[in-house]
Amino acid sequence: MVQQIKPFFLRYGPLLTTIAIFILAYITGGQMYPAMQKPQVFFNLFINDGSLLLVSIGMTLVILTGGIDLSVGGVLALTSTASAALLRMGVSPYIVIPLMICVGVGFGSMLGWIIQYLKVQPFIATLMGLFFARGMAYIISLTSVTITNDVYKTLALTPIYIPFIPRAYVYPTTLVAPVILLVAIYLSFFTRFGRTIYAMGNNEQSALLMGLSVARTKVAVYAFSGFCSALAGIVFSMSLLAGYGQFATGMELDAIASVVMGGTSLSGGVGNVIGTLFGVLIHGTIVSILQFNGTLSSWWTRIGVGALTLIFIGVQSLFYLKKKPSQGQ
Amino acid sequence: MWKRIRESRLLWPFVAWIIILAFDAIVEPGFFRLGIIEDPVYGKHLYGNLVDIFNNGAPLMLVAIGMTLVIATGGVDLSVGAVIAISAAMGAVLINPALGNQLITNDILTKNATNTPLPLIILADLAAGTLCGLWNGILVSRAKIQPMVATLILMVAGRGIAQLITNGQIMTIYYTPYFWFGNGYILGLPVSIYIVAVVFLLAWLLVRKTAIGLFVESVGINAKSTYYSGINEQNVKLLAYTFCGFCGAIAGLILSSYVHSADGNNNGLNYELDAILAVVMGGTLMSGGRFSMFASVIGAVVIWTFTVTVYSLGVPANALLAAKAVLVMVVILLYSDYTRRFMNRLFERRGTQHGTAD
Repeated sequence: MVQQIKPFFLRYGPLLTTIAIFILAYITGGQMYPAMQKPQVFFNLFINDGSLLLVSIGMTLVILTGGIDLSVGGVLALTSTASAALLRMGVSPYIVIPLMICVGVGFGSMLGWIIQYLKVQPFIATLMGLFFARGMAYIISLTSVTITNDVYKTLALTPIYIPFIPRAYVYPTTLVAPVILLVAIYLSFFTRFGRTIYAMGNNEQSALLMGLSVARTKVAVYAFSGFCSALAGIVFSMSLLAGYGQFATGMELDAIASVVMGGTSLSGGVGNVIGTLFGVLIHGTIVSILQFNGTLSSWWTRIGVGALTLIFIGVQSLFYLKKKPSQGQ
Repeated sequence: MWKRIRESRLLWPFVAWIIILAFDAIVEPGFFRLGIIEDPVYGKHLYGNLVDIFNNGAPLMLVAIGMTLVIATGGVDLSVGAVIAISAAMGAVLINPALGNQLITNDILTKNATNTPLPLIILADLAAGTLCGLWNGILVSRAKIQPMVATLILMVAGRGIAQLITNGQIMTIYYTPYFWFGNGYILGLPVSIYIVAVVFLLAWLLVRKTAIGLFVESVGINAKSTYYSGINEQNVKLLAYTFCGFCGAIAGLILSSYVHSADGNNNGLNYELDAILAVVMGGTLMSGGRFSMFASVIGAVVIWTFTVTVYSLGVPANALLAAKAVLVMVVILLYSDYTRRFMNRLFERRGTQHGTAD
């Protein structure tokens, strides 16, 4: 029995810790602020953190390969600004949305190509991607561009009531992230692509020697991250009905923090997308508690997220040091 | 002779600088004009675009010096911008007579007075930045977190801390002696140039006249073998990050003194990009190893000249970001093994270079 429990805990320890912390944080919040017990607050987590969840899903896959994508916030800002600018010019949203997704995928695959074939370190290439995307957003518009398009407004503001729960609703845009989450779960657990990702994260050299298509997978992973960021940009611009180059500053850290909180190891190969969901939920819970408190200022979120990342990196190293003693320095 | 020049790491930064300056000379004939002006506060001093480049570029040069050491150990410090903001916030808070949650009236705020003596302010500034660097160093060397992630934490949390210090406000500084660091002149040249020179000299003595420079390079090339040769690689890394924090602190002091204010969100924004660019231009590889601080300083000058040039062409500041990102990418690619191999092959085919040493 003990022999079965121990590997189970070593394998799912970080994930279980994350879920436990999320439940604990949520219950604590509910005790402190009774208004937080309403079911709508739970759905608000998805409404408010929809774009963060999207970005984090892409980030999880990238981190699983052992890389990192710092460009997510930039791509988000770029697609939100570009879509807002195009909509203002009178382009149909049915053209704008696919176009923005193409931009995201193209941008991501370009970064992946630079990383894979020109052998630039992932964080340098994507850091440049971040600044480049933000710069492009500013070139499109130096100020915030508001969106008055009717399709966007309908998508952003039509409530969808949740069955069986009274007065609880989400917006159509909220549903994007859970759908992509399901897609990512399918991709990472049930496809060759997913297994190649894990193999690469554990040891790229041996993955290559096994005959796996490392190069193609790496480019595809960054392209997927770009796709997620572009979707996040559209969701973000719909929820705020505006596009601006300064949107989502520091979102890279929020996403990395959520991924790390979800039990994914930064050295790659360990973790999964489901954990990321709970990482994002923890982030959302912290933000809602801060909002319910009302006296704490916004910068505490930044400091809190930084501190939490650190704690979870610590928790992870506790778990993985036992598991892989040979890998640590 | 040609080979020595071609392989010198000062060549490319200088070539880039000369190209930009030549461009300026053609587009804007008045670019190089230097003059002497009588200032009511600081007396006679030089003025002109060239002086401005060195004066405004001083914070970047300082950060580049620190960043060189960090990158030479094989790491990177993304938090320099946040460190600048923290250091600037520290100075502004200590100067401002209204502390903490006290109600700030315009009357108190705009007084040319200080709450703390100037030397203490400078010490607090430097201490705050050095502490940030130490924190990064401990995370990287002792907790073994990847440098990028460890410093990313401070990059985001640091701006929060800076806002916490200034209570979320943009603090304007009205205390005139504090302005000396960014606006003062000694013998007709800006004070900031002297500060850079002193810091550079100290750093140069540290790394070239003691064994520390060699340790830093060996950690960058192979941390494990350095450890096995009996060098405490942890402390070498700690020193590099702490020094980078210290440089960031001085940069924050100069910057806040120059713009007369402290803004947690915007002080030192995107300095991490510029600093990485400067170091990479100076020929220090991102993977660590051999480094040259002087080349990094030249790199910083090139970037600032580029910035001033683009500004004078009328491009908005934020749009400059995209151009700089492309520039970094190109420079990194130019220095990559891939290009170097390509270049060597090219020269060999021409028959001018036989048996080039890599």
